Amino acid sequence: MRRLTWFNVTSLSLGFAFLYLPMLILITYSFNSSKLVTVWAGFSTKWYGELLQNEAFLDAAWVTVQVAVVSSSIATVLGTMAALVLVRAGRFPGRTLFSGMVYAPLVMPEVITGLSLLLLFIGIGLDRGIFTIILAHTTFSMCFVSVVVSSRLVTFDESLEEAALDLGCSSFQAFRLVTLPIVAPAVISGWLLAFTLSLDDLVIASFTAGPSSTTLPIKIWSAVRLGVSPEINALSTIMIAIVAVGVITASLVTKRASLRQQADERAAVHA
Amino acid sequence: MRRFALIALPYAWLLALFLVPFIIVLKISLSDIDLAIPPYTPTLDVSEGWAGIKAFFRALDFENFVFLTTDDLYWKAYISSLKIAFIATLLTLLVGYPIAYGMANAPDHWRPTLMMLVILPFWTSFLIRVYSWMGILSTEGYLNQFLLSLGLISEPLTILNTPTAVYIGIVYTYLPFMILPIYSALERMDGSLLEAAEDLGCSRLKAFWLITIPLSKTGIIAGCFLVFIPTIGEFVIPSLLGGSQTLMIGKVLWEEFFNNRDWPVAGAVAVVLLLILIIPIVLFQRNEQKQRELEG
Amino acid sequence: MSQTVFEPWNDPTAKPLIQFKNVTKRFGDFTAIDNQTFDIYEKEFFALLGPSGCGKTTMMRMLAGFEAPTEGTILLAGQDIAPIPPNKRAVNMMFQSYALFPHLSVWENIAFGLKRDKKSKDEIAARVAEMLKLTRLEKFAKRKPHQISGGQRQRVALARSLAKAPKLLLLDEPLGALDAKLRQDTQFELMDIQESTGTTFVIVTHDQEEAMTVASRVAVMDDGKIVQADTPARIYEMPNSVYVADFIGEVTILSGTARRGDGAYEISFAEDQPTLFAESDTEFDNGQECHLAIRPEKVSITAQKPSDRRNALEGKILDIAYLGNLSTYHVELPGGQIVKAQTANTTRLSRRSFTWEDRVWLSWTDTAGVLLKG
Repeated sequence: MRRLTWFNVTSLSLGFAFLYLPMLILITYSFNSSKLVTVWAGFSTKWYGELLQNEAFLDAAWVTVQVAVVSSSIATVLGTMAALVLVRAGRFPGRTLFSGMVYAPLVMPEVITGLSLLLLFIGIGLDRGIFTIILAHTTFSMCFVSVVVSSRLVTFDESLEEAALDLGCSSFQAFRLVTLPIVAPAVISGWLLAFTLSLDDLVIASFTAGPSSTTLPIKIWSAVRLGVSPEINALSTIMIAIVAVGVITASLVTKRASLRQQADERAAVHA
Repeated sequence: MRRFALIALPYAWLLALFLVPFIIVLKISLSDIDLAIPPYTPTLDVSEGWAGIKAFFRALDFENFVFLTTDDLYWKAYISSLKIAFIATLLTLLVGYPIAYGMANAPDHWRPTLMMLVILPFWTSFLIRVYSWMGILSTEGYLNQFLLSLGLISEPLTILNTPTAVYIGIVYTYLPFMILPIYSALERMDGSLLEAAEDLGCSRLKAFWLITIPLSKTGIIAGCFLVFIPTIGEFVIPSLLGGSQTLMIGKVLWEEFFNNRDWPVAGAVAVVLLLILIIPIVLFQRNEQKQRELEG
Repeated sequence: MSQTVFEPWNDPTAKPLIQFKNVTKRFGDFTAIDNQTFDIYEKEFFALLGPSGCGKTTMMRMLAGFEAPTEGTILLAGQDIAPIPPNKRAVNMMFQSYALFPHLSVWENIAFGLKRDKKSKDEIAARVAEMLKLTRLEKFAKRKPHQISGGQRQRVALARSLAKAPKLLLLDEPLGALDAKLRQDTQFELMDIQESTGTTFVIVTHDQEEAMTVASRVAVMDDGKIVQADTPARIYEMPNSVYVADFIGEVTILSGTARRGDGAYEISFAEDQPTLFAESDTEFDNGQECHLAIRPEKVSITAQKPSDRRNALEGKILDIAYLGNLSTYHVELPGGQIVKAQTANTTRLSRRSFTWEDRVWLSWTDTAGVLLKG
C-alpha cells in the first residue's frame, strides 16, 4: 500500500521547501558582498573574514563551548542516574515528587526557569558567570537526558542482567558490563541532545549569565535585534554547516553499523 | 547504600536547582517592590527566630496578583498568548499533517532520509531559524522582492512585526514537533485497514476520514500539545518577528524583569503563567497515558 | 431419492460466476500470474493453494480490485470488472490480518459496510444482529477488537465481510493466525456458513490440509500458474504432476524408465532392483522417463516376501515416526532410495512388529501408484 501519489509528492516537496528554503537563502546571502543584506551585489567571503577578527564573537563562542561540554557531561551522568531511579529503583519516599521534578522542566517555559534560577543565585549570593550558566544548563538538560535514557531502559530486557548475575557478576559489574553497553547509544544521544540544548539556549543563559560571561546566543541576540546583518548570516552559515556535517556523519555511521550487522546476520544464516 | 546514593544525588540536585528556585519565585510574587538589591521586601531574617518568620509571613500579600488584574496589559497578554498559541497550533497541524502523511506513505528506503530531514532543523540553532525569517519577511525582504518582480503585488506587504510573522515563525520552528508524533502514529497503521474500508464500500477520501484520522488521533493530540504548551511562554519569536504589536506573556515577563526591574510583578506573572499551563499539561499527560495503555 | 452431485464444472450448460481469460499480471520484470484461464462457479468453495510467492494472493487481490491485470480480462457474472473500483464491487474480502478497525466496536465493524450503502438504521441493526447470531458473537457486540480472543476476531472479520451479502467472498489465509485445534473447528464452521449463506467462497491458503477439508475444488499453484484444479479427492489420488503429488500429502517418488507391458507399464528404476508394474491412463513410449508416485498408506510392510503382489522391494527400516493414529516407516532400499510406508495403529499398546534396522518387504498393487511424466 506504500505508494507515492501526486498528493504525497507535492506535500513532501512543499513541506521540505518550507523547512529548508529560509536556511538556504540565509546561507546564500552570507556570501553577498554588499552591506545591504537584501540586495545581491556579487560573491564575496569578506564577512567570514570580518567574523574571524571579531574577538567578541570568538570569546562568546569559546564560553558557549565550555558551558556546553561541561554542562552536558554532568547532565548525562545525573540524567542517567535519574533514569535508573525512575525505571529501576521501585518505591521510595518522595518518588512522585522526584518524577514530577524530572518531567516538569521539559514543559516549563524558559523564561520561568531562567527567572527562578536567577532569583536563587541572587538569594544565596552566588556571583553570576560561567559557573551559574553551567548549573542552570545542567539542571534542565539532565531532564531531557533522563527521558531519552529511561525510554531505552524501559524496553531493556532485565533477564540479561539476571543472566550476568547468574554467571557470577556483582550487581555493579552486571550494570557496567551488560546494561551500560546496551543503553550506551541512548546515553550518547542524551549527551548530544544536552550539548545542543546548551549551545542553543538564549533565554536561560540571559538570566543566569554575568557581565563577563556572554554566550554566543546572547551575542547573536543583541546583534539581530537591530536587524539582519551579513556578519550574522556568515556566523549562522558556519553553525548550520557544523550541525549538518555532524548529523549526516552520525547518521552515516549508524547506517553503516546497521548494514554491517545485517551483513553479519546474513553471513551467519548462510554459514 | 549504593541505591541511596543513586537516588540522593539527582534528587538533591533537582531540589536545590528546580524546586527551591521555584518556591523563591512564589515568595517574591507575594512580596513588595523595594529599590534596594534584591529589590523586594520582606527578606527572611532567620536570626530573629520565630518572630522574624511571623513578621515575614505577615508582610506577604496578593497585591501583585491584584495588580495583574487591574492593569489590562497583563490579562490582555495572557489572552493574546493563548490565542496566538491556539491559532499557531492549528496552522502547524494543517502544514504538518500532509508532510507526516507523505512520509508514512513514502517507500521504505526513503523514510530514514525523510526522517533525518525533519530532525535536522531541530539540531540547528532555534535563534538562527527564527532570524532567517527576518530577511525574508521585511518590507524590502526577499519575499516582497519576489512577489514584486512577479507583478503579483504593486506595493510591498508589511508582514514583519505583525502577528502573521509570529505565526509563520511558530509554524516553522515547531513543525518537527507536530510531524514526528503524527508520523509515528501513521506509520504504525496497518495498510490493510484502508483496503478493508475500500472493500466495504468507502471511497479513498471517506476511508481517510473514517479510518486514518481516528487512528492518528493520539499522534495529532500529542503533536498539538507539543506545539501549544511551549508556544504560550514563547519569547524569542514574538520579540524578533512580532514587533511591538504582538503581545505575548513571555515577552511581558522579560520586559518586566529586565526593563522595569519589577521583580515581584515578574514573579506573579510567572506564577499565573504556570497555573494556565497546568491544564494543557495534565491533558497531555492523560493522552500519553492512554496511548501507552493502547500499546501495552 | 437421488441427490444431485454438486459438480457445475462438469456441466457444459452451467454459467461460471467468475471467468479469468488469459490473465497475466506483471510487477516490473516479475511475472506474478502467467496467462491463466479458468472458471469459478456459483456456490463453489474454491481454494487457491500454493507456497508463498506462487501468485495466489495476487489472484485474489485482482478479484478484490486492489490490483489490475496487466493483460487479459476477468469477468464477474459475465461483466468485465476491470473498470469497477474495489468499493463498488459486489465482492468482499476477509483479510489475513483481519484488518478490524481498532477504534470501532464489534458491532460498528460489522455495520461499517452497511452504513456505506446508505441503508436505513433499522435495516442495518437487523442485518448486524443476523450476522452476530450467525457467528455466535451476540455477547461481544460492544467490545473493541483488542478485547476479544483471536478466534472471535476471526469471526468478526467473517461477519463483517459477509454482512453486505456479496456475490463472492474472498478469504486470505483466514485461519492462519489460529492455533491447530481451533483451526479445525473453524474449518467446519466456515463450511457450514458457506453452505447456509450460499455465497461463493474463494480461499487462499498455503495449508494443504485446510484446502482439502473446506474446498469443493482446489487449484494448486506454482510460479504464477495453476498446475491442477480439481476436487480434493482427484488432486490426492490422481495428481497430474510430480509437483502436485509432492505438494499434497506424503508421497514416495521413484524415477525410472517405462516400457509397455501387458495391461501395465514395466518400470525399471535402479540396477539390481526388481521391475515395478503400474497401470496408467497416460501414454508412455518405450524407454521414456517416468515417475512413480506412491502414497505411504498404499504400501504394505511385511516380514516375508508377499506371494500375491508383483511389486515387492526389500529394504531396511531407517526411521519410525509414531503419530498416534498412524506410524510411518522410512525404509531404505539397497540403492539408497527411501520409500515410505504407513500402518494404522488399530490396537492400543500393541507390540510393534518392526523396529529400527529390521529388514522388511514393501509391496503394493499395480493400481496403487500414479505414473507421471514430470
